[in-house]
Amino acid sequence: MSGGPAYSEYHPRWFRPRVSTYWWLSRRSYLAFILRELSSIFVVWFVVYMLLLVRAVSQGDASYRQFLDWSARAPVLVLNVVTLFFLVYHSITWFNLAPQAMVVHVGPRRVPALVIAGSNYLAWVLTSAILAWLLLGG
Amino acid sequence: MAKQSIEPMLWMLFSAGGVLSALVLPILVFLFGVAFPLGWLSPPGHEHLLTLLRHPIARVAGLFLCMLSLVHGAHRFRYTLYDGLQIKHLNEVINVVGYGGAIAGSVLAAYVLWQIP
Repeated sequence: MSGGPAYSEYHPRWFRPRVSTYWWLSRRSYLAFILRELSSIFVVWFVVYMLLLVRAVSQGDASYRQFLDWSARAPVLVLNVVTLFFLVYHSITWFNLAPQAMVVHVGPRRVPALVIAGSNYLAWVLTSAILAWLLLGG
Repeated sequence: MAKQSIEPMLWMLFSAGGVLSALVLPILVFLFGVAFPLGWLSPPGHEHLLTLLRHPIARVAGLFLCMLSLVHGAHRFRYTLYDGLQIKHLNEVINVVGYGGAIAGSVLAAYVLWQIP
């Protein structure tokens, strides 16, 4: 922050109403917003989890089994169920916002929001199907 | 003259990470975080998983996924602290820890993906 205005004897008092630290609890839409923002923590957690998995697989069959056992322990499982909720929430909010972020024109017409959101959801389904097929196919 | 800022680039990386994580991560959490541990589906065998991970495309895609998701997470969490908890006086610390952590995590990811035999 750069310094405030120069001192003067008759400087008016600032009017800055204090915002409560818990302002996001006062309305449902605020809460939805802050939950969406908190999904970031779970994205990071899951990257860490994936890296642990990759490391275990690299180290051999025994480590991989150990990782699978560890992933079934209650605290890890609960954390991952919460992570699943937050990541699905992240995806839905992200794809719903896509039409506002992507302004696509075909000729003089703007591509309707529904088409853009729809194609994002389609991409989500296809990506998930391909990954599931690759992982489960052996 | 307008001051050059890296902020637009950060928002671009945030966006790229947002798309990638939204497309790829939910199915992976579902499988490796919930369905396999609960026994709903049987997990892939070690050999199969190793074959998949060994592929150059998997390594490169994995690196991009980790890198961009981490930057996305750091950037969004920075604004969560800024808007949500109104922590403004710690801005510099949060930036260093957040983006620094994302860079360190990306290096670690590169190492882990490189180490796949």
